[in-house]
Amino acid sequence: MNKLDAKVQLDGWAQPTLLKVATLPEFASGLFPLERMVLDLRDPKVRTAFPTFSRLPWAGFVVNDPEQAPAGRPWVAIPPETLNAQPGDVIEVVPETSKAALRYRRGANNNILFATERCNSFCLMCSQPPRDIADDWRISQICALAELIDKNEPSLTITGGEPTLLGSGLNRIIEHCANALPHTQLHVLSNGRNFGGGMLASSFTGLHPALMWGIPLYGHHYGLHDYVVQSKGAFAETMRGLYALEAAKQRIEIRVVLIKPVVEHLPALVRFLYRNLPFVEHVALMGTEPTGFARAHHDELWIDPADMSAVLADSVDYLTKRDMRVSLYNLPLCTLPRSLWPYARRSISDWKQHYLPACESCAVRERCGGLFAWVTPAWTSRALKPVLEGEEQCTSH
Amino acid sequence: MKFVPQDAFAGNTGYRLLPLRFRRLPWDDDRVLVTSMAGDWLIAQHKDFERVVEGKLDCTEPLFAEMEARHLIAADPNHSTLAPLLSQYRTRKSYLEHGPALHIFVVSLRCHHTCAYCQVSRQPVGNTIFDMSEATAAHAVERLFEWPAPTLTVEFQGGEPLLHFVRVRTLVEAIEQRNRSEGRTLRFVIASTLHDLTDEQLAFMRDHQFELSTSLDGPEWLHNANRPRPERDSYQRTIEGIERGRKALGEDAVSALTTLTRRSLEAPHEIIDEYRKLGFHSISLRPLSPYGFARKTEVRNGYPMADFLQFYEVALDHLLAINREGYFMEETYGRMLLSQLLTPFSHGYVDLRSPTGAGLGAVVYDYDGRVYPSDEARMLASMGDHAFALGRVDESVSAWLDSPAMQRVLAAGVAEALPTCADCAYVPLCGADPIDHYARQGDTIGHRPTSDFCRKQMGLFDLLLQRWEQGSATDQRILEDWALRATRRGIAREAEAA
Repeated sequence: MNKLDAKVQLDGWAQPTLLKVATLPEFASGLFPLERMVLDLRDPKVRTAFPTFSRLPWAGFVVNDPEQAPAGRPWVAIPPETLNAQPGDVIEVVPETSKAALRYRRGANNNILFATERCNSFCLMCSQPPRDIADDWRISQICALAELIDKNEPSLTITGGEPTLLGSGLNRIIEHCANALPHTQLHVLSNGRNFGGGMLASSFTGLHPALMWGIPLYGHHYGLHDYVVQSKGAFAETMRGLYALEAAKQRIEIRVVLIKPVVEHLPALVRFLYRNLPFVEHVALMGTEPTGFARAHHDELWIDPADMSAVLADSVDYLTKRDMRVSLYNLPLCTLPRSLWPYARRSISDWKQHYLPACESCAVRERCGGLFAWVTPAWTSRALKPVLEGEEQCTSH
Repeated sequence: MKFVPQDAFAGNTGYRLLPLRFRRLPWDDDRVLVTSMAGDWLIAQHKDFERVVEGKLDCTEPLFAEMEARHLIAADPNHSTLAPLLSQYRTRKSYLEHGPALHIFVVSLRCHHTCAYCQVSRQPVGNTIFDMSEATAAHAVERLFEWPAPTLTVEFQGGEPLLHFVRVRTLVEAIEQRNRSEGRTLRFVIASTLHDLTDEQLAFMRDHQFELSTSLDGPEWLHNANRPRPERDSYQRTIEGIERGRKALGEDAVSALTTLTRRSLEAPHEIIDEYRKLGFHSISLRPLSPYGFARKTEVRNGYPMADFLQFYEVALDHLLAINREGYFMEETYGRMLLSQLLTPFSHGYVDLRSPTGAGLGAVVYDYDGRVYPSDEARMLASMGDHAFALGRVDESVSAWLDSPAMQRVLAAGVAEALPTCADCAYVPLCGADPIDHYARQGDTIGHRPTSDFCRKQMGLFDLLLQRWEQGSATDQRILEDWALRATRRGIAREAEAA
């Protein structure tokens, strides 16, 4: 696991500032204003070119050691052991707390734009417990961040909290991304509840060229879904929201977290999806992230992936036959029947991806998404074991 | 943090019935099929269903959630929503969205066959007054583009349309010319015996990506008996036509239909095996229709619907056996009914819609410039009954829709509102066919207990549901595969060739 923020030494910054870490290619690209880049003096090539470069109006400099810092200019010291900030990344320096945080990492598998900590649901397994705070300041921060992200970034995820609680701020963010990053897929994770009434859904029509909504559904009837999200009426709101998004010509992914009460009714849920939401583009069946509220509900939520094999295989088969694309997230390959491996994605963000000692000798480790860094024995499948050389070829389970 | 247990989310206890219909399973008295207004369904124990209707179902029973999820009951209205039911309903009826997509052009009534079951009263080969004139064709093209459908299927029928191919050619050229500014998606189909196909005709059809639909009634003895030509070589010529068509247009471009005479009913295996021998993966088994010459020869060729259903059962089991062997072959009508049972989607078939597909899904432009809402209506006209003529090609589409004929079709065109249909568990999956009822029973509304249309529908729905419900896992997969392919193809073939 890699840290995303750290205490650092810094000087010359008046306020929290988002900065693109630049070496020669970032400079040469001409895509980002010098005033919003920090020149990375840790790079030997940069140091060679430094005398010519130093007079340019850089926002500041990244150094290994405060002594490298040019006099009279803002700087931040990020030696390798503090934070893994690389050229192309976007960092935020926060002078009041002497911290630097990674806000965008070039080449990472899952960069997120964190929209808000507020949420109108209170899911049993929430990995990001909501806080009821005023954080609308994030809107302009995300817009500023989007301007510094690589133009060829394949995809970004907007998440929270519940992003629609930003109101028109979410439209601003999405529109801004469409302008700054027109080639970047945008995935917005929302519970869909706010789309049911009024004109919200249609306000996104045509706003972005590659936008997809990821919306969770946990049951084929309200009693189950409302329980999982701990909110009365949520099922009805989300269903109405899904139809409003469909009417607004939005692309939709359904996300199902595989907690025990959901797995117990999974066949009914996938049938419900096909019969009622056949227009969704993708269904993600996802292992639980054992953090946040999930940890407090281990007994209610935990079902060993080894015990889901049959129902997962049937559900994947059911949806696939009906032209509904399916993926499996957050489930190590060794816990899945071989027939499901083609559906498993390396979905865990690389900075929190983790492997156990048992994984050392595994022949398919490179194809496997591994585990969440915060996994504990109670959240580990009994089926977890290295796949041996040769076994990975076996197609029948 | 404070979490609440599941039972706290049940809402107020109790429930209401949503519009539903049921049918005791003919093969199991203890169970019922229950369908929603959008055609979602489940099979339940009769005694449990009685408790549902009496309001005695407990919300902790698994059946409660199942009935809720299939929109048969609604629990606490403050927590539930009808949005999925409405969406399912819109999806099921989406064939209504763009108006008629199927446009049948009858370019000539001439034919070199003398089939006893001919539905359209064909005319001798030399009788060119039964050809569509240039002026009629020009008007018909104008009318075609007055309809709003983004996809237009243009089907050429006869008689034998190849006998007046010059009209096919001028129509295609005029339609494509006009479409340069219209930008519709066009699809050309020709219903033909494929006899005497010239290289020139084939080249033209290849250039315009025609689909060929022909009649093949089974093995040689049966086909030639059903479809006589003076030379007694109809089978041989059809086979040659199929081969030449496939070579020129591709394997998948040629499809065939079987019309079942009384003779055919004795040969279900032979008919299917013939199709397999010829490499077909699809077969259409159609009972005789009471139109045209078929009506006059009914005594000789006809049979009760029960005989057809018996035939179909044997045929279905034979098809299942063939599929189990690994050779894919589907029956098109069964596929369509299964798609209604096993998928939430609409279908492209015009004869089984509610509201009716007559005039709403299809329009027929006859050789003489008259316009009909369906092939059956023009067949009636060819027998001298013009009750369902919408008008002429030189009148506007809105005048057709205002015509007494169209009003009459529409008044009997909603199955959910027809006597007996209104209470039938299959009605959300079925359709209204007022013109067929008029032809058979003299009344557009018709009398279901004596309706052959209804016997056929009920018989086939029961049979297919039973085979699916009681079939082996393999048979279930085969039947599901038919249904899922039908919806995957989008709008499937819409009309049947004469």
